[in-house]
Amino acid sequence: MSIALVALIPLVGALLAPLTIRSGRNVCAMTTGASTLAALLLLLSHAPAVYRGEVVRTEIAWLPQLGLNFSFFIDAWGLFFATLILGIGLLIIVYARYYLARQDPMGRFFAYLLIFQSAMVGVALSDNILLMLVFWEMTSLSSFLLIGYWRHLPEGRQGARMALVVTGGGGLFLIAGMLMLGHMAGSYELTEILQRGDIIKAHPLYVPMLLLVLVGAFTKSAQFPFHFWLPHAMAAPTPVSAYLHSATMVKAGVFLLARFWPVLAGTDIWFLIVTPVGLATMVIAAWIAIFKDDLKGLLAFSTVSHLGMMTMLLGFGTPLGAVIAVFHILNHATFKAALFMSAGIVDHEAGTRDARRLGGLIHLMPISSTLALIAAGSMAGLPLLNGFLSKEMMLDAAATTNFAGMPYLIGALATLAAIFSMAYSARLAFHVYLGKKRDDYPHKPHDPPVGMWGPVALLVSLVIAIGILPALLAGPIVARTAMAVIGSEDLPYYTLSLWHGFTPALFMSIAAILFGLFIISRYEAVLRLRLAVPRPEAKAIFDAVIAAFVSASRSGIAALHSESLQRYAGIIIAAIVIVGAVSFHAMDHAAGTRATLPPSIAAITAWIVLVGASVAVVMFHMDRILTLILTSIVGLVVSLAFLQFSAPDLALTQVSVEVVTTILLLLALNLLPKEGLPEISFPRRLWSAAVAIAGGLGVAGLVYAVMTRDFSSISGFHLAESKPGGGGTNVVNVILVDFRGFDTFGEIIVLGIAALSIFAMLDSALRGASARRLDAMRQGLESGDAHPMLLVVATRALLPIALTVGIYIFLRGHNQPGGGFIAGLIVSIALIMQYMASGYAWAAARSRLDAQTMIGGGVLIAALTGLGSLVFGSPFLTSNYTYLTWPIVGTFEVATAIAFDVGVFLAVVGTVLLALFQISRIEYRAERAPIPEGPIDVLTRRDAERGAGAARVGEPVRNKEV
Amino acid sequence: MEFLIASGVGILTAAGIYLIMRGQSYPVIIGLAFLTYAVNVFLFAMGRLTVNQPPIIDKAAIGYTDPLPQALVLTAIVISFGMTALIVVLAMRGFLESGTDGVESESLVAANVAAGEAEGGERAGS
Repeated sequence: MSIALVALIPLVGALLAPLTIRSGRNVCAMTTGASTLAALLLLLSHAPAVYRGEVVRTEIAWLPQLGLNFSFFIDAWGLFFATLILGIGLLIIVYARYYLARQDPMGRFFAYLLIFQSAMVGVALSDNILLMLVFWEMTSLSSFLLIGYWRHLPEGRQGARMALVVTGGGGLFLIAGMLMLGHMAGSYELTEILQRGDIIKAHPLYVPMLLLVLVGAFTKSAQFPFHFWLPHAMAAPTPVSAYLHSATMVKAGVFLLARFWPVLAGTDIWFLIVTPVGLATMVIAAWIAIFKDDLKGLLAFSTVSHLGMMTMLLGFGTPLGAVIAVFHILNHATFKAALFMSAGIVDHEAGTRDARRLGGLIHLMPISSTLALIAAGSMAGLPLLNGFLSKEMMLDAAATTNFAGMPYLIGALATLAAIFSMAYSARLAFHVYLGKKRDDYPHKPHDPPVGMWGPVALLVSLVIAIGILPALLAGPIVARTAMAVIGSEDLPYYTLSLWHGFTPALFMSIAAILFGLFIISRYEAVLRLRLAVPRPEAKAIFDAVIAAFVSASRSGIAALHSESLQRYAGIIIAAIVIVGAVSFHAMDHAAGTRATLPPSIAAITAWIVLVGASVAVVMFHMDRILTLILTSIVGLVVSLAFLQFSAPDLALTQVSVEVVTTILLLLALNLLPKEGLPEISFPRRLWSAAVAIAGGLGVAGLVYAVMTRDFSSISGFHLAESKPGGGGTNVVNVILVDFRGFDTFGEIIVLGIAALSIFAMLDSALRGASARRLDAMRQGLESGDAHPMLLVVATRALLPIALTVGIYIFLRGHNQPGGGFIAGLIVSIALIMQYMASGYAWAAARSRLDAQTMIGGGVLIAALTGLGSLVFGSPFLTSNYTYLTWPIVGTFEVATAIAFDVGVFLAVVGTVLLALFQISRIEYRAERAPIPEGPIDVLTRRDAERGAGAARVGEPVRNKEV
Repeated sequence: MEFLIASGVGILTAAGIYLIMRGQSYPVIIGLAFLTYAVNVFLFAMGRLTVNQPPIIDKAAIGYTDPLPQALVLTAIVISFGMTALIVVLAMRGFLESGTDGVESESLVAANVAAGEAEGGERAGS
């Protein structure tokens, strides 16, 4: 468990950072640093076990059916990489505290940084490769946020996008590759997979899997030809560049290659792909780096070059190559992070990072310049510094590697890369720090506070210490880590020492230093040579490719997305009809054998009404008021049908919903055009009619076929258990509140969401274009007598009666037709009647009901009732009941389900009221000024005269078209 | 009886389909209401038709109809009210925002307007 915490502690820290920033920048930085330090210490507490050769592992099942487990392990390689991430992370946090300007939101920065850190540690320590993929994607996403941290800078946003496209896209390849790998190995646990290298290398899917994994690794580590995103990501704040683009994220690809080295490496195809890619990256990136004027650009391409070197070493497929790669990762992390931070110091102090505008900084900021020069020396590969050691070992290995029958090719190209490497390091030294003192800086540079150069100094001291005493300081780490990488205890022979004798590598190093210095001394001439060579501009190509994708998607969407509901509906329904017709023809269709009921006169009459109303609606749908009346007739016939066929609950619900819906549509019609527009095209109507008739025939046939056949139902259980199990005799209600209470619970939530969406849509309608149109509608939206006296008196008299009926219907619902849904509708109608009769303003002023509270309260009550059963050890929403005896009232039963039904009741009332109130509120705005304040009877005499006068002026004018 | 219900559901469906293929929001809403009726009766009919046997436990009852479709339809009726309210408000807001109650995109409506004017000033929008 404690291993998982190493990855999770920074994630918790990420939550704390935006909170603690309220207490100041120091507290925020300290919290962030503390969480990183805690994770680091926890990690290092496992180090003794790991260095005894153990593998520490933990596992929490997550989705074991899919092979996805929350499993972590620590071996020496994971430990090494995670220590790198957390250790450098700690230095970066200190540095960032001083680097970020006062107006930069530091809480957000540290939150992103810690999310990233957590993801990287997760990649390093995941045992389950699916879990590793989750963390891998998290690194892409969090690095996107970090690169684009300065949102106001366009290059920051573009760089972030490009990094996300390339690394995130590569991540997709990696997912495919890892799934194949897990399939081939028969396990998604890394510790298992690493034992099965032979099976995997012999598997027919080895090559495609390898290619997919390599794309993932190469994009992440910015290997040629994916190297172009890294320089653009340099628009990020320097702490981000130092952390992501030197020390950690770009190394994730190399980490992956090394992690899977025992499983993937050693084959010809591995060597033939990985070595040339690494070599090409090393040479090309080093060449580009020489000419980068931006310090961070120079360092970025240098990083790409060094990553190429590590890739090449791993590509050799020999254990010795892996050892050197591990050693170089360690060395590179120290000197490159130091250099990035130094570049940040230069930028911070001098106000520019442009090498052409810099020079002679050693006179102005001696401490940080000296530190940077030492780090640059290590990058160049000068003796006594750690960069020299691993570079020599690399040159030695390269010189002895034979590529495709050309024994000197790799050695020669590696030397070339070393020359370029010397050249750009020298350029950094001579053009920025050494040379004549200049006075034309944007700011006057001087050494920054120790918080900024302290981390650099720490790293540089490591650079020197390892450079002089490699075997003592780095030897055990390199040995144990290399064992973990190659997956075996017997390491090849190698020595970490300053002096290897007069080997070819020594002469290659000397040549590199001399030629590198020569290039810088003739910089202008080399620059002209470079300008003569064609240079493809990666960003332009990338942008063109993205633009092509965008335009292709646009034209695809334009072809499919006609933005016509009529066309969509027609196609969808026609497709359903065709599918139905095809399957109908594929089956035999004998007539059903179930006995049918004889039709009654009443039923036939109702049927004629239904057909007549339906046909009339279709024919006269332009007249919208008539359509509404006809629709309610259809609703009444439907509720009669429910009543006829033994469904009293449905009949009650249908009638109440019919009333509410009619009111709703009437309110809506008040603001919508009352007359539809005539149809232009006859063919379109014909096509609609054809689709409609085909659909209607299909449905009718289907219903008839089902009803004339026998069936078996699961309802026997419900009928038998309703009284003994649910404590009610109304089986429909018991099903709703008890047997299938979870469904009902979901349904009232849906209702609440619908109501809140209505609120959201209408609340904002009182601004902007809607409000202007509403104002325009004020002309002519007023009846002569807005609040007829008769209606006012009648509804007020009815209110208590209607409420009583609602309560009665609610209470009896468990045993007789009724319940929360129906009672809710009845009570809503009673309340809405007040609004209709007395006006919105009058009713709203007197209403103490808050519809939102009712919805929320209803859902909450229902949820608490459900949870209540958990307290008694039963599953969610188990109902219980007991019998109470009250004097006079007698014995009656109380079921917990009634509390649930109260929740349903409240949610229904809240939903109906919220929907109708909101529409009324909009209409209130649209009503004509002066707005009648209420019914006539509550006005004083003087007010009544004024109100009556206003009412007389308002002639009933129907709103035609607005 | 079965034939009456089946044909009734068919007619409600046909009317609903025809109306949702209209060009303005109001008939589409009414069409959806018709489809709701049709679907609810359809679901209800899956429990077959039974007269005078409501699912209310009673010693005197001779039998009970299937209560499960009824429970499903009951919530479906209430939910469909929520849905109707939502699309009505959507239509209202759309009308207030754009000044037209057409259900096609503005570019299509504009094309129709142009076509309508070419055909001699007929009203556009359908």
